Parts: sequence; structure tokens; C-alpha cells
Amino acid sequence: MATTALPHTAADAPPRTGLWSWITTTDHKRIGVLYGVTAFAFFLIGGLEALIIRLQLGAPGNSIVSAETYNQLFTMHGTTMIFLAVMPLSAAFFNFIIPLQIGARDVAFPRLNAFSYWVFLAGGLILNSSFLFGAAPDAGWFGYANLTSNQFSPGLNIDFWLIGLQVLGIASLAAGFNFITTIINMRAPGMKLMRMPVFTWMSFVTQFLIITAFPVITIALVFLMFDRYFGATFYSVAAGGDVILWQHLFWLFGHPEVYILILPAMGIVSEVLPTFSGKPLFGYAVVVYSGVLIGIMGWGVWSHHMFATGLGPIADSVFSATTMMIAIPTGVKIFNWIATMWGGKLRFHTPMLFAIGFIAMFIIGGLSGVMHASPPTDLQQTDTYFVVAHIHYVLFGGAIMGIFAGIYYWWPKVFGKCLNDTLGKWHFWLTLIALNLTFFPMHFSGLLGMPRRIYTYSAQLGVTDFNLASTIGALFLGATVLIFLYNVIRTTRHGEPAGKNPWHAATLEWAISSPPPAYNFSVLPTVTSRVPLWTEGGVSEIPDVPPEPVHVPAGSHWPIVTAAGLATIGACTIAHTLIGVFVGVAILVFGIYSWAFEPFEV
Amino acid sequence: MAHPASAHSEHYTTTGLDSRKIAFWAFIGSECLLFGSLISTYLVYEGKSVSGPTTHQIFNIPLTSFSTFDLLMSSLCMVLALAAVQRGDKIWQRVWLAGTAFLGMVFLGCQAYEFTDFVHKGLTIHTNLYGSTFFTLTGFHGGHVAVGVIWLLTLLVRSFQGKLGPEKSLNVEIAGLYWHFVDVVWIVIFTVVYLIQTTPIK
Repeated sequence: MATTALPHTAADAPPRTGLWSWITTTDHKRIGVLYGVTAFAFFLIGGLEALIIRLQLGAPGNSIVSAETYNQLFTMHGTTMIFLAVMPLSAAFFNFIIPLQIGARDVAFPRLNAFSYWVFLAGGLILNSSFLFGAAPDAGWFGYANLTSNQFSPGLNIDFWLIGLQVLGIASLAAGFNFITTIINMRAPGMKLMRMPVFTWMSFVTQFLIITAFPVITIALVFLMFDRYFGATFYSVAAGGDVILWQHLFWLFGHPEVYILILPAMGIVSEVLPTFSGKPLFGYAVVVYSGVLIGIMGWGVWSHHMFATGLGPIADSVFSATTMMIAIPTGVKIFNWIATMWGGKLRFHTPMLFAIGFIAMFIIGGLSGVMHASPPTDLQQTDTYFVVAHIHYVLFGGAIMGIFAGIYYWWPKVFGKCLNDTLGKWHFWLTLIALNLTFFPMHFSGLLGMPRRIYTYSAQLGVTDFNLASTIGALFLGATVLIFLYNVIRTTRHGEPAGKNPWHAATLEWAISSPPPAYNFSVLPTVTSRVPLWTEGGVSEIPDVPPEPVHVPAGSHWPIVTAAGLATIGACTIAHTLIGVFVGVAILVFGIYSWAFEPFEV
Repeated sequence: MAHPASAHSEHYTTTGLDSRKIAFWAFIGSECLLFGSLISTYLVYEGKSVSGPTTHQIFNIPLTSFSTFDLLMSSLCMVLALAAVQRGDKIWQRVWLAGTAFLGMVFLGCQAYEFTDFVHKGLTIHTNLYGSTFFTLTGFHGGHVAVGVIWLLTLLVRSFQGKLGPEKSLNVEIAGLYWHFVDVVWIVIFTVVYLIQTTPIK
């Protein structure tokens, strides 16, 4: 909806109830909630896929699913968890928390932010709609050439995958430009870079990784698309093409992507630990620099995913060395987190437990990760369950634990009520036990030779018991999510108002009411400290009632229209319907022009 | 750098720069990786084709030199267009915006002619690696030029509507950033693809 010339105040802000208000919203807080809810739904779908995989592997020679279905399940599990669960769950925090932490009223481009969300939703729906056509992607989340060629994958499966990822890439890129600009340009007076909360810092690094890594996979996917649609020869061995080109482009994106997944969780933990230790983060500057260094070095390690391709001793040695080196800034962070707790007044509420769990589990995943840095060791472990154990310690024990720490920590800020702490503790302890029961035995089954991505195994391999343990653990892990969902329902119905700062935290988002008003800050705060709420006069007074009318941008429906154009292009490309692609382009162009000329006062 | 906390809170930015400019520089950084991937792929595949025409049989260097010069001149026009908008010169901003767009269209015309010519000479996107990498790389660049032309024509229409005063000069500046970037990418492509051919002459 077009804004009027009159400034909106808290009183005459756009209506905040009803479906239309959600569809047209440009409020970063509501978009954050949309991201969170959508990503959690995809997380449940991805989890369900994992449970079917585990049931199939629960016993040797099982036939719950066919080999073809199994291929689709592990491909969609990986793709969903990475692109539709962990990344957008992090994006939920970027959206809700970053503007509050830097003292801003919204992100730099509120409509672009809404656009990112709708494009993400479209990409997720395109990917998952493949199940309705019985053609879910089935070449792994890494989609190695030339398995993805028309010759070996003649169906629509790979088309769904590559178009879905292209669409999701656009969402991530748009959000990346938006958050980089927001963090550079929307900080409140006095909020210098080295006063920014570490979550905002790690998100900042993550956005740079996103805007540099996603163009590379975009091009890799364009090549694949041209091969499949127009008969190009990029990944055609017969034409002299090199299938390793795909691996290089994919992992040039894929390794920074690993840090895109983990850095936000590291940021969350760096907020939670100081709060519940009652002392500022130990070695703030070093933690920040380590994060930046991880972001930079993350670009120099990609070939450790490719040791098995035979790159030669020089390349192997170089990438082995850089991979070992990247463990250093990561280790520095871990020591700083431990030192933050040392001598603190520790309060073991649920967010703190998840944050400590993150550290412990991430160390296990990090150690097995360093083992892969050695090419001879990696050749033994590659494509076995040992690597599956590693990635799940890093991404479930790490990223998801960190995200749960963030969910429990910021829930009162987002919804105004603290999640039940007793249920939260049950959730934490059972998750910790279940995840170790699921993933620890995979180290053994992997070293005993159990290959990844194979739909069954022989009893003679000697991995039956380990697999049964993993399957029991996985079912248990699925059940723990139900505790969380019950906690959410219970808290929504019976929770007590949390107040502004239930955890006695130090950062700016806790200086305003929970949930925050539409305009966030009644006056732009002036910050004089890295821990403004723990310092006398660390932040200027923020009255509860705005002393003068605050302008709140109205909503806009053009972001969703523009995103619908993009979704139409994607869907019609999969359907090989040229006329539909033109219709999509027309909607897209119409959306962009209407958006550009819509009066919209930020 | 930082503005003092002023009463005009809705226009406050930390750096004092307009947010659109910062976002656009981030976008250009991202585009560098996009074209970097395309150009790298062209270079690693150069001379690896197992069949079909090679660069020596295909490229028409005089024509491409002309279109490169044309694109460089369009950048000059762009600079003049921005200067005209900034000083509020309605006539010259239209001349230079139209000139930039026109030179962009000449470039696209040259590329359309070039592509057609190459196809007649037997090079298509599925002939060999050279065809795949060449058409994809230069096609992506041409697509960027086409978007730029549409953008410039939109600005030209806004100018005729009388809605492109000096207060809107940032809109033109950002279009200019885009245009110059696309031009610079072409300089790289012209150099490493057309001028430095590493395919052996058979």
C-alpha cells in the first residue's frame, strides 16, 4: 500500500492484524517471525526425511524405501536442512535482532527485506513441490557432475533442484546486500563497529560470505542449466569438459557456506555466554577478529572436499595446511568462550545450557574436521559415515544447538514471554543425549567402512549395532522436538510477561519493551559502551512513550508481487513452458517498476 | 564522518552516505565474483575443445574493437549525463542519457551481429567447450548491458517527465556505477578473451 504524506506514528501505524498485514509487512520484526516459522516448518520436514532414512538403515537389508526414494530422501534432507532450515533460521535472527542490537528502527531496505522472505518461501516451495510430482532431487545436495546430466538424470528431479537453488540464491543475495548496508549505515550514534554485539559482528561477516559465495554457485548452476536445457558442454566429458570444474565451483561456494551456517550460531553463543556468566565476553576484539579471519580463510580451504579427486601432492598439501590453520581462529573463539565463563556468576538457564552444549559438541565436530585436513586420513574417511558424524556434530551439535540457544534467549524479546525453563532443560538434556546416541556411533560405522548415500548394507559389514543405535537415537531426537513444540504452545497460553530484560543482558535490544513497539526505539539512542546496559550511562535514556511522533513505514505488496514473478519464471522453467517464463518476466518487471515508483518513506 | 545525533532522525545514517550507494557497491562486489567465475571458466577451458572451430577462425577483432570503443564512449556519455543532472541541466542530461543508451544499443547490435555471424561460421553453444563458455560469458555481459539500457531509458523518460532534478542525481549516479562496472567487465573480457588467445593455431 502506498504511504500517505502524513508521518505514521505509533497510533496511526499500518494495521498489524490480519493476513494482508503479514503479506504486505515491511517490519523487520514480523519478517523475522515469518522466516523463523517457515524455516522451522522446513526443519520439521527435513527431520522427517532423516527419520525415514534412519528407519531404512535401522537393520541390514531393509526395504522400507527403494534405492530411488532413498536417493531423493538424502538429497532433500541435506538441501532442506542447509538452505531451508539453518540458513533461514539464522536469517530470522538477523532480521529480528540486528536492527535492535545496533539501535535502528528497521533494516536499510524494508521492502527488499520482505522480497527476500517471499523469494525464500518460493524457492522452498519449488524444491519441496518436487515430491508431488514424484521427482524430488536425487543427486545429493552437492549435485556432482555428471550425475546431474540429462544422460544420467533424464527426469525433472535435477531441474527442480537447480531452479530451486537459483531462486533461494536470489533471496540470500538480496538479504546480504540489505544487512551489510544496515550494519554499516544504520548504527545508532556511538555504536562504533567495535562496540557492536558479537552476534551482529558474526552476522556481518556471514553476509559478506553470502554475497561473495552465492554468485559462484549461481554460475555453476547456470552452466548445469545450460547443459541440460540448451545442450551446452560445460560438464560433458565427451566434449573435453572436466567434471571437476563443478566440484571446484561448488566447493568454492560450499566451504564458505559452511561458515555461513556456523558463524551466526557462534554469534548467538557469544551473546548468551556473557549474559549468563554476568561478565563481558572475554577478549571481545580477538573473538571479532577471529570471526573475520574465519570468513577470509574460509575461502582458501575448499579443495579439502576434493582430496579424493586426486589433485596432486602440491594442491593437497596447500589445502591441508590451510584447513589446519583455520582451526586456529576457531580454537581461539572456544578458549574465549570458556574464559568468559571462568570466574563468572553462572546461571544455568536453558539458553546457557544450549550454548555450553554448542561448545562441547562443536569441539567434537571440529576435532573430527581437523582429522579430514590430512589427505591420507581423509581418503580413508571420505564418503563414509565418519564424515556424516562430523557434519552432524558441526551442524546439529553446533548450528542447531546454537540456534536453540538463540530461540530460548530471544523468545521473550520476540513474543514477550519466557519459554518454560523446566521444559527447556528437559529439551536440552534429552537433545544432548539423543544427538550423541544418533551421531557418535556413526564415527564407528564409518571407520568400519559403512559408505554414505547407499540405501542399505550387509550384516557382514559388522555395523548393524551401530546403525540400530543411530536409528534409536534419531527417533529419540525427533521426540525431543515435540517437547519444544509443547513448550511453545504452553508458553503462548500460560506464560507470564517477561519484561524488558528478563536475563539482565547487556545489549541494546534489552533496553526496549518486549515485544518491541513497531518503531523499536522511541528516540534514537546514543551508545557509549560495548555493554550499554551494564554501564552507568552506557546508553541515553529511551522513554517508553515517544516524545514526538515516530514515522513508521507502511507496508507494501510489491515485494510479494515481484517475488511471484520470479517464482513463475522458476516454475515455468522447470515445466519447460516458454510462454509462462515470459508471463513471469512481465510480472517481475511490472513488480520492479511499481516498487521503484511507489512512494515509500523509510 | 558520523553525523551528530540530529533531529532529522529518519535521515540519519552512520556514515553520512546514502544507503543505496553502499548497497550498490556491495552488489558490484558480488557481481565481480559472478563474472570472475564466468571468465575463469572460459580461461581454464580455453584450447580444451576436442572439435569444432577455434578462436582464430571465429573472432572478428576489428568489429569487436569498434564495439569496445563504442562502450568506452558510452561511459564518457554517462559521466557527462551525471554532471548535467547534478547541475540541473535539463537539455544536456537528456542528450547524454540518450547518447549513453544509444551507444549501449549499438554495442548490443554489434553483439547480435557477432553472435549471428559466429553461428553461421558453425559455432553454437553446443558445438564445443569454446562455444559453451564464449556464448555464456558474453551473453551474460550482453544481458547486463541490456538491463543497463532499459535503466537508462527509464531515467530518460523520468527526465522528460520533469522528475530528474539535481535532488535525484543519486539515481543517475547509481545507474552510472552500474554502467561503468559493466564497461570495465567488458574491458577485461575483450583483453583476455579476444586479444590474448591461447588456443594453439592448428
